[in-house]
Amino acid sequence: MTYLDHAATTPMLDEALEAYAATARDVGNASSLHAPGRCARRRVEESRERIAAALGARPSEVIFTTGGTESDNLAVKGIFWARRAADPRRNRVVASAVEHHAVMDSVAWLVAHEGAEVTWLPADDRGRLDPAALRAELAARGDEVAVISTMWANNEVGTVQPVADLAAAAAAAGVPAHTDAVQAVGQVPVDFAASGQAALTVTGHKLGGPVGVGALLLGRDVPCTPLLHGGGQERDVRSGTLDVPGIVAFGVAVETAVKQQQHFAATVGALRDDLVERVSAAVPDAVFNGDRAERLPGNAHFSFPGCEGDALLLLLDAQGIACSTGSACSAGVAQPSHVLLAMGADDDRARSSLRFTLGHTSTRADVDALIAALPGAVERARRAGAVKPAR
Amino acid sequence: MRVLAAMSGGVDSAVAAARAATAGHDVTGVHLALARNPQTYRTGARGCCTIEDARDARRAADVIGIPFYVWDMADRFHADVVDDFVAEYAAGRTPNPCLRCNEKIKFAAVLDRALALGFDAVVTGHHARLGPDGLLRRSVDAAKDQSYVLAVLTREQLAHAMFPLGDATKAQVRAEAAARGLAVADKPDSHDICFVADGDTRGFLAGRLGAAPGDIVDAATGETLGRHEGAYAYTVGQRRGLRLERPAPDGRPRYVLSITPVTNTVTVGPAEALDVSAVCADRPVWTAPGLELPMECQVQVRAHGEPLPATLVATPEGVRADLHRPARGVAPGQALVAYRPERAGDVVLLSATITSASVAAGPGVSAGSGVSGGPAVSGGPGVSAGSGGSAGPAVFAGPAVSGGGAG
Repeated sequence: MTYLDHAATTPMLDEALEAYAATARDVGNASSLHAPGRCARRRVEESRERIAAALGARPSEVIFTTGGTESDNLAVKGIFWARRAADPRRNRVVASAVEHHAVMDSVAWLVAHEGAEVTWLPADDRGRLDPAALRAELAARGDEVAVISTMWANNEVGTVQPVADLAAAAAAAGVPAHTDAVQAVGQVPVDFAASGQAALTVTGHKLGGPVGVGALLLGRDVPCTPLLHGGGQERDVRSGTLDVPGIVAFGVAVETAVKQQQHFAATVGALRDDLVERVSAAVPDAVFNGDRAERLPGNAHFSFPGCEGDALLLLLDAQGIACSTGSACSAGVAQPSHVLLAMGADDDRARSSLRFTLGHTSTRADVDALIAALPGAVERARRAGAVKPAR
Repeated sequence: MRVLAAMSGGVDSAVAAARAATAGHDVTGVHLALARNPQTYRTGARGCCTIEDARDARRAADVIGIPFYVWDMADRFHADVVDDFVAEYAAGRTPNPCLRCNEKIKFAAVLDRALALGFDAVVTGHHARLGPDGLLRRSVDAAKDQSYVLAVLTREQLAHAMFPLGDATKAQVRAEAAARGLAVADKPDSHDICFVADGDTRGFLAGRLGAAPGDIVDAATGETLGRHEGAYAYTVGQRRGLRLERPAPDGRPRYVLSITPVTNTVTVGPAEALDVSAVCADRPVWTAPGLELPMECQVQVRAHGEPLPATLVATPEGVRADLHRPARGVAPGQALVAYRPERAGDVVLLSATITSASVAAGPGVSAGSGVSGGPAVSGGPGVSAGSGGSAGPAVFAGPAVSGGGAG
């Protein structure tokens, strides 16, 4: 099997899996007062400290969650609610047009159910946001804005955003900014304190940890109303019994991924460059999407004119090659990517794209297998595309 | 062969896919997303259009051990099946959307895409037999037979079709599903029209065509017996739901004889006026090879209708079936399907779209053109649409019946 979908989820690191297994048998609720409880609590706190150290945060800023979706929901809704409660004029969310659905749909929910207003920041044809646009928006009505959310790096086309400039614009206006760094941690340097962000989303399974555990890094002075109420764990911001083995494995994975980030960027980046070059040679009219320089090292993204992405996916899947159309699914039905549409692609180009993402287990043989299968698949998909139903 | 199994989420298509896999084919499952805004859960037993149905199909594919994808055919389905359904009713005809879906979606859009992607055939859970001789036959399960809604397929389409369930009864299919560990083994059959979510066809049409009040007129006297909210809501042969304001002069029940969109009139008459003995149809599809007209055969004029002995003759527009005995239940827009009875299973010979029916042999008149058919006195040619006969004797009881979905 050739796995080229590491951005969807990447295999657990051996260190993380071992840490999970070593912890999972032990009993103990981290909120309990007795010895097993204290033992569990100690492991959680050690992991919190590891993660904080690896990501440039203070331990108290690490709020454990179930992962990216929960962290994004908590940041967007929680900070919005808290800020608007303190000042009813702050009824606006500013977010980018290329956010993950966990952010986009949280914002849309606030608009639909909380009467929030929204400003979507546009992206250019490479998927990059313009800090000047954010500055202009904040200059015009910064006193209406409750929260800003702009991702660190895009999950589909891999574009890395000018995070520091965006955060500086937010800070200048005194508005808390959240960033979804799910794809970024382990691939590019991420330092929470240095980034100037008020909140940052990270998740385990994109960097070699288990699925179902992640964190929101939340600045100590950033108000945030909880989504979940209960036992008051995690600074009262996120109630719920802590997943001790998951958190331990997550901590190991974050620490390892951050430690190996430069090595990852160099080796996986080189493999990715090779993939891009060879795809372009094998399918000369393939359109490379995203930014060549400001890009996640593991990401390659193409449009194949005349093909439908889901037809290509089926054909490659039949040959043991796993990749992604990179778009959201509803009942498994592929929608044209909102990211590509926001980058100015038309519907056909958006539907004709495929994402190949490499990770810590990727090898040159994976790229070889793709290049062997791709031209034939493109040819077939093109024939199928010619008979595709009128949409 | 590399085959694509269309999986609705029902028991039939699941077993069909499993049988194809067991037979050694390289099977890929595909669920067709046909609804633009799929409901999360089924309501009642209808449909193959919910996310729950897609999940049932996916779970069946898991158990069979085949790849599975969802193909979005909603826009195409809407244009070719739903819009056509509404337009046919608006024109006073009674369409069969399952037939249209087979003709335009499963064995056109899906088949074309499958062939282009390197598949050799499309597998469905329809109850019909398709042998190596290329002939389409009725299922061994007469009650579940779906050859009527497949007869519209051309020989080219049939050459790339596979119906693994034709030799099984529904009970056998359910038992096999259970034996194979398929959770859909006891899932209720789908019925009615999948895109009419609540089964209220009249309400569905009213929502798209709007209210269009008009008269319900007695065929014999020309008297107005009542009012309707839209002629499209009626089907030839319908008795229930007429809500006549007063009884017909003779005091006997009235049936819909014809629908005239141009004047927005529903014409009603006594039951015997529904009797027809000649059924005209256009757009014939010659399902079986080597046919010559005239020929003796059996014809079926609606889903699950009785086979009727008839002589099939050629006409300028297509074919005409001269029934050996008068019949009721003939509505323009439905399919006329001709069969040759055989011990190995009745063979589908031909399918065509009914345009009119009359009491005696003759070209009849197009009920769809907005004219009530004159009862073609002699049956000779030259009776043109618009000749203004009093009673359009065509027929049928009850609203459009789909004849079974994808299985």
